[in-house]
Amino acid sequence: MSDPLNKSARWALWLPLGLFGVFVALVALGLLRPASRDVPSAMIGKPMPDFALAPVVAGHPGLAKADLTDGNPRLVNVFASWCVPCAVEAPQLAQLKAAGAEIDGVAIRDRGEDVAAFLARNGDPFTRIGDDRVSAVQLAIGSAGVPETFVVDGKGTIRYQHIGDIRPEDAPMLLEKLAEAGR
Amino acid sequence: MTRWLIALLFALAAPLAAQDLLPPARYAYQQLPDPAQEAKAQALMETLRCLTCQGQSIADSDASMAGDLRSQVRTRIARGEDPEAIRGWLIERYGDYISYAPRVTTLTWPLFALPLVLLALAALLLRKRFRRTDPA
Repeated sequence: MSDPLNKSARWALWLPLGLFGVFVALVALGLLRPASRDVPSAMIGKPMPDFALAPVVAGHPGLAKADLTDGNPRLVNVFASWCVPCAVEAPQLAQLKAAGAEIDGVAIRDRGEDVAAFLARNGDPFTRIGDDRVSAVQLAIGSAGVPETFVVDGKGTIRYQHIGDIRPEDAPMLLEKLAEAGR
Repeated sequence: MTRWLIALLFALAAPLAAQDLLPPARYAYQQLPDPAQEAKAQALMETLRCLTCQGQSIADSDASMAGDLRSQVRTRIARGEDPEAIRGWLIERYGDYISYAPRVTTLTWPLFALPLVLLALAALLLRKRFRRTDPA
């Protein structure tokens, strides 16, 4: 039987193999380039929510929304004394501070004595540090972990979010974002 | 000998805990006194993603951040907030990723349309086939 039906059937014979090839390519792509596990905040470009956090250590006032709307852009660093990468990024925060960045901290689920020890051990780049005992501010700004660093402009609008520890190569970029927020 | 010593040291080593020392938030592990409200909170918590342990819901997770979010969900429900409003508040902050409840958006509609399209296609193919095998 060599009716015209067979001609199209011959072509269709290769279709499953072709589809299988596409499937293999998709899987290979997913394996070679795994998706990022970061959960970016959806609050970029939006104003900081209203909040007022009590101080957590002596020598640093607490942090409230009003402090973030004084006209000066700044970095808001979400950190914790119990978080290892937070200690790793400390030299970079010190470097940013030396370069003129104003840095406020939000201490997540932390105790005063632990924060004080953390600052004594790793250096203290912070102007204000708010005590976020139940991650309320962290949840309100869409931060998914520690450490994270937010660039906030002088009107209190979140302009940029850096997820994870600040590596030495990230510092110039953050300064640039801060300068952008100041313009 | 050295191998055993190393094994012993590994066995004795305490894992470095990246965990805080604070007690959990008030309603992280405590149910609401009103069973109806607790049921609402539980239903919502089972469909919210834990952000630090991304395959789990916050109802299933012992991560401290999941505990804080549970406490916040229960507190808000106890205040009389609508569960879907709380979900909306979280989606505003974290995007759709935090919610396990699927939404039809401009991005996701093909997922919902595809089964219908495939069914229609199958019906079409089958109809052709039945017609062909018709002895008449």
